[in-house]
Amino acid sequence: MRFELTPRTSVSPVARALAPVVAFITAFLIAGFVIWLMGRSPIAAFEVYVLHPLSDPWSLQELLVKATPLALIAIGLSYCFRASLWNIGAEGQYVMGAIFGSWLALKTHGTDAGFWVLPLMMILGIIGGALYGLIPAFLKTRFGVNEILTSLMLVYVAQLTLDYLARGPWRDPKGFNFPQSVTFDPSATLPSIMESGRVHYGFVFALIAIAITAVILGRTLFGYRLKLTGDAPRAARFAGFSSKATVMAVFAISGGLAGLAGITEVSGQIGQIQPSISPGYGFTAITVAFLGRLNPIGILVAALVVALTFIGGESAQIMLKLPLDLTQAFQGILLLCVLSADAMVSYRVRLVTRGGAK
Amino acid sequence: MSILEAILLTIVTASTPLLIAALGELITERSGVLNLGVEGMMAMGAACSFAAAVSFDSTILGVLAGMLAGALMAALFALVVLGFAANQVGSGLALTIFGLGLSGLIGAPFVGARRDPIPHVDVPVLSDIPFIGRLFFEQDLFVYASFSLTILIAIYLMRTRSGLTLRSIGENHTSANALGLPVLRTRLLAILFGGACAGLAGAYLALVYTRFWSPGMTNGRGWIALALVVFAAWRPGWLLVGAYIFGAATVLQLHAQAAQFGVPSQVLSAVPYLATIIALLLLSIRHGRAIGAPGSLGAPFVPDR
Amino acid sequence: MKADVSSSGPPLVELHGISKRYGDLLANDGIDLSIEAGEIHALLGENGAGKSTLVKILYGVIEPSAGEIRWEGKPVIIGSPVEARTLGLGMVFQHFSLFDEMTVAENIAVALSGEWNLATVRSRLTEISSTYGLALDADRAVWTLSAGERQRIEIVRCLLQNPRLLILDEPTSVLTPQEAEHLFVTLDKLSTEGCSILYISHKLEEVRRLCRRATILRAGRVVATIDPRASTAREIAALMVGNEVGEIRTDAPHVPQGEVLRVDHLDMPPAGLHGQALRDINLVVRAGEVVGIAGVAGNGQSELFAALSGERLADRAEAVTIAGKACGMLGIEGRRRLSAAFVPEERLGHAAAPTHRLSENTLISHASTEVRSGFILLSAAKRLARTIIKSFDVRTPEGDPQARKLSGGNLQKFVIGREIIRKPKLLIVDQPTWGVDAGAARLIRQSLVDLARDGSAVVVVSQDLDELFEVADQMAVIHQGMLSPQKPIGEWTKEAVGLEMLGVAQAQGGAHAV
Repeated sequence: MRFELTPRTSVSPVARALAPVVAFITAFLIAGFVIWLMGRSPIAAFEVYVLHPLSDPWSLQELLVKATPLALIAIGLSYCFRASLWNIGAEGQYVMGAIFGSWLALKTHGTDAGFWVLPLMMILGIIGGALYGLIPAFLKTRFGVNEILTSLMLVYVAQLTLDYLARGPWRDPKGFNFPQSVTFDPSATLPSIMESGRVHYGFVFALIAIAITAVILGRTLFGYRLKLTGDAPRAARFAGFSSKATVMAVFAISGGLAGLAGITEVSGQIGQIQPSISPGYGFTAITVAFLGRLNPIGILVAALVVALTFIGGESAQIMLKLPLDLTQAFQGILLLCVLSADAMVSYRVRLVTRGGAK
Repeated sequence: MSILEAILLTIVTASTPLLIAALGELITERSGVLNLGVEGMMAMGAACSFAAAVSFDSTILGVLAGMLAGALMAALFALVVLGFAANQVGSGLALTIFGLGLSGLIGAPFVGARRDPIPHVDVPVLSDIPFIGRLFFEQDLFVYASFSLTILIAIYLMRTRSGLTLRSIGENHTSANALGLPVLRTRLLAILFGGACAGLAGAYLALVYTRFWSPGMTNGRGWIALALVVFAAWRPGWLLVGAYIFGAATVLQLHAQAAQFGVPSQVLSAVPYLATIIALLLLSIRHGRAIGAPGSLGAPFVPDR
Repeated sequence: MKADVSSSGPPLVELHGISKRYGDLLANDGIDLSIEAGEIHALLGENGAGKSTLVKILYGVIEPSAGEIRWEGKPVIIGSPVEARTLGLGMVFQHFSLFDEMTVAENIAVALSGEWNLATVRSRLTEISSTYGLALDADRAVWTLSAGERQRIEIVRCLLQNPRLLILDEPTSVLTPQEAEHLFVTLDKLSTEGCSILYISHKLEEVRRLCRRATILRAGRVVATIDPRASTAREIAALMVGNEVGEIRTDAPHVPQGEVLRVDHLDMPPAGLHGQALRDINLVVRAGEVVGIAGVAGNGQSELFAALSGERLADRAEAVTIAGKACGMLGIEGRRRLSAAFVPEERLGHAAAPTHRLSENTLISHASTEVRSGFILLSAAKRLARTIIKSFDVRTPEGDPQARKLSGGNLQKFVIGREIIRKPKLLIVDQPTWGVDAGAARLIRQSLVDLARDGSAVVVVSQDLDELFEVADQMAVIHQGMLSPQKPIGEWTKEAVGLEMLGVAQAQGGAHAV
């Protein structure tokens, strides 16, 4: 028994659009099966994971809050992935952005610094993430070091740096020895969009990033250059696009957006520096980017869908005593399903038993 | 036993899982498949081996369960990258995310449990050699297994027919297919072997190195094993050297933390990761491009029918 | 020979009604073919006639959609190359199935079935090498070998299996004329020993040199089975290409004008691990002339193309001068702005992105006219694609298809058209008609000649000597990264070119020794 792949001669746009949906449903069925294996009711889990958050206004807001960093990071990653560059260190760039931006928040803490603090924090966040993203890009272009492993290793380094700051120099001396900083001043806190809501301006940044990206990828030479670099690298060189410049540019963009996600999360959501500021947004965003087919609008939808699993995971932990790890396992399976569905859009897969087709 | 000897002994213990996992990945990559899921397979190996060992109170069953778990994870990966020709980088990453999550689920009921140390086996005569004897010939079976595996894999690759077939397929799958070599079957077996090795490495972590289970206990070792394969230029002998250098780095930073030099512990904890980056960098500076990489590494194979 | 055919039993192998369908395309359409024991049988046809598909079916690489194969009169199913080899078939592919990083002995061993060890492989290799004059060093890594030596590995692989039928797919396309003659001697010897040979080619001369029977394919069908020595070249050519035979018009006389391209002592280190270095290349191309660069594959042609196009930069600006501007250190876009245009050898992946539409593919070399302040002018790109399709007779399945959906010939017409339509002062083309059907090849050659007659300078790098003799006004030969002096085409003979290809002329003459 074996699989036989034949390239499809034509791919209908419907199949292309449906692929992620099918992948998502498959992943759900697999997750349901796992829950059933654990001796729980998959139906109850579905209610808690999906229906409950969607029917509760508080959870709906929470959905946008969680989707914000996912969308920002995934939009950045889509630049890399389109050019077939594997930045898997967005988690580290996110942390580094948070560290850069928070530095200013803590520096100005207790002073009557003005309106300029917040925008400057955001810019510092972008710079921090971009610089951190440029490390693997520089090592790749200058020395030919594989970007996958370096960008991933830098995640651990960034997390340890944050851990050090939160427990060491940035710890609140009046904080009963808790490993966390002082709470940011209002001038360093990203405000909510609505008076009493929890959705902060990070969500607006995400929407702006999506809109700009849609224009860049669809209409500009730079967008075409990424596509060409990813689809046919030799043709990109033939067209005169420097691959080194492309690598540096996309890592800077994706790092910068991850950094922006980091500082908006700290400034708009957490409100202080802690040893851990992310439930793995940087890795989950990889799933989001592929689930959204690297398309800006697709990524927005995918971010909302995946954010749902985070919220569902939290309520399932409280209501069903299902561990949070289930969410991570689900996100892994989801990515596997999405990539398989992507491949199946390009190839017809047949299961052939020996002697059957021969 | 002197402190130095104790440190050296722990270096052997820290290096063994890296070596075993990296040997498995070396075979997978030599067949032309890049499996970035080592970390996830290792975590699953650790969780399943610990769960089985505690449940049945048997180290052997634990080890088998760990290897089986790694191989099953690898089988899932093989289905996706061989069966559907999906992107290998993304799929490997997904496998790691999945494995880290699922291992948390499986290990959760066993948090807090402990296992007794497994017995060491002395090699007669050799263990009487001063210093070296104590270090390398009074070890547990896993250590001996890792050395044997290194030698066997080196012989397999360079001296056997099957090893030649595996290398050919990794070097150029189009040529191999034209010659009628079984590309997909060989790759499937290589992926499964890599998974079983990662599972075994995880089992070693849980049953020998820490003797307890905690979520995320692999702590990037799977990724370091991946880097080791690049560092070793896909050769088993260099893998042994690399694994011990990294094992030493891990252990020494732990001792340095204990000694409290005044350096923040986080800086020392970052040493293995920074060392990995520096090792990859030095390698690239010396050889230019990644030397020794199998020609078809990471490329999906779709036969021309 | 003919007497033997009628007296002996059933033919060694017979194909009956073999068909192969790829979607809408019938690559093979009911093909019948039979080969006798000890016969050298030619399979003739233009590129795209279905020769490669047919032999891949015979060798078990592709499964036929319909038809039957008989081996010594008995029906057989050949499900894989392994089964083919067990049966007694051996095949030398046009694209070698070799492993660059491995040694010659390993490359041979990996293809053997049954028991072996490297020591016995090595001794058998020595034995076969001396019997058939196929010199090979067992411990050399394949990437260090020439194309001719690589082909020998493939032949030795087959001979070690004691084949009853040896299939060779366009074996001389990578050989110098002298190496080809050497191969023919080996094949004659094999055939007198009783081994049948199926010889695939589109070159009439060598088929007439080797074979008594030839099956001619056109558009997937057998059009005739003939004795090539009893037919004239013109008759056979007519059978092969149908009514598409035609000659290139060069009515306007060749009047070279000002110098457009000058290459001056160009040196370049190899690009990759196994690349070819360029050494002291000198070349002058004037407006109004076509300069041909001949040479066996892998002697630095693609490196020369990269150096001339600016995909790789020289270390001195004066190494390459285009239209009077020293531009050795200027990238490809900069050289395009000097009105130079380039067509690389590889159509899919280098000249064009396979999954991109033709309109998008125009951006690759027309970015300067189709982009305004960073934004792509989509309508301009579409309009240009339509113009190229119309002017160069590109046949497309739909209005603006993906590049990979075009046949080789049509895509090549598009890619060449995309550059010619810019009316460049200098056009550099690498292997303009490689793997292209006869009709497209003629159109492409004609447009290259026309471009030169309209006052542009054209450089054609090609392995096809006949093509160069047809289009070029001047020619030089590249060998191991060195270029022979350029001479008017009338001063070259095929033999002289062959000697240059082998590097013999350089050693003897020493006129341009390093």
